[in-house]
Amino acid sequence: MSTSLLTTDARTKKRNAAEARFKAYGLGAIIVAMFALVILLTSVLGNGLSSFKQTFIALEVELPEDKLDKSGVRDLAVMSKVTTIGYAPILRNALLATLAEQGIETELSNKEISNMISKEAAATVRNRVLGNPDLVGQTVRFDVLASGRIDGFFKGRVTMESAALDNNTSPEALEIAQALADAGIMQTKFNWNFFVWPDASDQRPEAAGIGVAILGSLYMMLVVLCLALPIGVASSIYLEEFAPKNRWTDIIEVNISNLAAVPSIVFGILGLAIFINFMEFNQSSPLVGGLVLTLMTLPTIIISTRAALKSVPPSIRDAALGVGASKMQSVFHHVLPLAAPGILTGTIIGLAQALGETAPLLLIGMVAFVREYPAAFTPESGLFGEASTALPVQVYNWTQRADPGFVERASGAIITLLVFLLIMNAVAIYLRRRFERRW
Amino acid sequence: MQSLTLPLLVILGLTITGYFLAKTRALQVAGGDIRKLVSLPKQHALNTVLATAIPPLAAIVLFSLYRRLAEAEGSWLFTLVVIALAVTGFALSLIGIKTESRARTFAERWIMGLLIFASTIAIMTTVGIVFSMLFETFNFFEQYDWRDFFFSANWSPNFRGNSDLGILPLLWGTLYISFIALTFAVPIGLFAAIYLSEYASSRMRSVAKPAIEILAGIPTIVYGLFALVTVGPFLRDYFASPMGLGQSASSVMTAGLVMGIMLIPFVSSLSDDIINAVPQAMRDGSFGLGATKSETIRQVVIPAALPGIVGAILLAASRAIGETMIVVLGAGAAARLSLNPFEAMTTVTVKIVSQLTGDTDFASPETLVAFALGLTLFVITLGLNVFALFIVRKYREQYE
Repeated sequence: MSTSLLTTDARTKKRNAAEARFKAYGLGAIIVAMFALVILLTSVLGNGLSSFKQTFIALEVELPEDKLDKSGVRDLAVMSKVTTIGYAPILRNALLATLAEQGIETELSNKEISNMISKEAAATVRNRVLGNPDLVGQTVRFDVLASGRIDGFFKGRVTMESAALDNNTSPEALEIAQALADAGIMQTKFNWNFFVWPDASDQRPEAAGIGVAILGSLYMMLVVLCLALPIGVASSIYLEEFAPKNRWTDIIEVNISNLAAVPSIVFGILGLAIFINFMEFNQSSPLVGGLVLTLMTLPTIIISTRAALKSVPPSIRDAALGVGASKMQSVFHHVLPLAAPGILTGTIIGLAQALGETAPLLLIGMVAFVREYPAAFTPESGLFGEASTALPVQVYNWTQRADPGFVERASGAIITLLVFLLIMNAVAIYLRRRFERRW
Repeated sequence: MQSLTLPLLVILGLTITGYFLAKTRALQVAGGDIRKLVSLPKQHALNTVLATAIPPLAAIVLFSLYRRLAEAEGSWLFTLVVIALAVTGFALSLIGIKTESRARTFAERWIMGLLIFASTIAIMTTVGIVFSMLFETFNFFEQYDWRDFFFSANWSPNFRGNSDLGILPLLWGTLYISFIALTFAVPIGLFAAIYLSEYASSRMRSVAKPAIEILAGIPTIVYGLFALVTVGPFLRDYFASPMGLGQSASSVMTAGLVMGIMLIPFVSSLSDDIINAVPQAMRDGSFGLGATKSETIRQVVIPAALPGIVGAILLAASRAIGETMIVVLGAGAAARLSLNPFEAMTTVTVKIVSQLTGDTDFASPETLVAFALGLTLFVITLGLNVFALFIVRKYREQYE
């Protein structure tokens, strides 16, 4: 019996099916990976984009002299005796007056009305008044923060059903908020202050920002850049250009590739034991954080710098030596400038890695609650010695808080972090494209 | 801090004046004729700068280390020594300027010293890591029996004393989570690598490869938040609760799954390199015998690349074991020995964080145990890394 060449036999069919299956597995794997990336990014963006907007209430606040300035002569010492507790009723009265003016009737108690305004608002008004005592006695327009629950209502986080179960707000309060929003008095608008404000306490997620965290991260990146780049480049030059092939340099090389794979938390333990317990640097200071991150990024920078140095062809070195340069001159005058784009790219990628690192910073005390903007230098604590926090640690910190408003803040901080990373990587890619040479 | 200000200012002043003095003096020595000099004036200047700055700075570093070790106070004597060193270097290098002196060679020796010093910092880091942890671990074992630490199945620290600090439940959690992460990441990463290097068109490759590598560039805190906010509640509501396996959002499965996503690019880019290193001639030989593409990959390419792939998997395992933020936010804090993947468990890294943050007392075993945990972690990951690098290196030599 003969079969045509054009009909495939059973065995070939089976083999072809296996081929198609195998290919489908591969494609499936890539689709799963892409899907994971998309889900991850949508989850973060979905949770976090709302943190860039914030609900404010426009209030005409009457600042009565008899409450705020007992002295009557704008004496700051007397005025600052009135704490935020004294300012809260003034804000509440202003809100009640606004409600009456708009014809919105309410049966809510005074406390519930107060709860609609952020606890931070009283401090804002107080600071404004102490900064400009002449405001006392006038009626001034303030854009004060609405409380976290009201803000959550406009962002869809708080609903009528959840409010009914909540001690901090009620469906009636939300209805009033809706009426105020319809009247244009309550507005949800872009909130620049998120990038400027420091962290806030547990009860006021609406006032929390990442100002201190960005500053702390910036300081640490400066420390890392100033230490890791020169040390990394110097040690790469030695290993790549000068080191004799012997046991000692072998040890250094194995050691560097192992350091690159040591878990980051181990560097945190090192920082705690050496920099804080032994050298007695300040806890949670950007200096210690920067030192730890320097040690962590050093292997990355060394590995990429060595690759960049290696890619410079030996003829360049030979030409320099041929016209009478010393070995050192050939390296510093010719090889290093040609390798610079590669080194820069590697450094930026190392910095991006350091910027997102969290675990070692937890151990050196950067989880502390910091509301003061750290100074770059003070005589008491030295360079970068003041307590600070960092962007990724701030995210961790907020995930540990009870109020669900902080999840939104954490996601917002992450979006900011990712934008920074995106910019750094884009710059690295641009530099590589623009200056890369093929010999 | 204050005691350093004066010496640093003196050093700075001397280096700046030294630079200009050396330049003029070199020209003077040569009588204004630069051709008579063996080394250029700027090389004399560089030599003076380095000779003035390096010895006192080295002295400051050494002395501050010594001061911590001996707990001695900074003294005026030290300040004097540092300034004397600076002045000596300054004077000697200036006096040494003659027409025939080889300033370039001397300057280059100083620079060489700096380069060598920089390259030893990596070694010092490792030594620092090992010693800082060894030291505190010894302190810990003086207060707590090492047999209880390594063989007890109970972890319940108690800051009033009398804690059970057995590492076994932590190790179990670590290994369980890593195992789930790897069973997720290895097949996906490997198949993705195979598809990208053997099947994908160059256009698809140029899109898919960077996209997968984006996953590698995302900080682990982002994955942690993803586990906490999205994956954990999802698994609880759709898998754990309906199946009656638990009510906890943070679980071994949550952490393992998210860590698996994190490891995909790691496995795939390492395997991609290794698969690409298999010579084309081997594939062509297989095709010549009539094998299909998938048969070639399964029977020729993968066996040839196997040692490298095993190395990549071991490196991924070491990453998984040392990972912190994902498990801190996704796995939970309860130490238990259980097989149920939807239960919260904890890992070595989580406990290092929890024992070393907040109020710590470096005399109590509850704090010191973190160093013993850290050392265990370091030894395990180091062992995996060394083994993996050994395999990868050995494999690479075959085809080069």
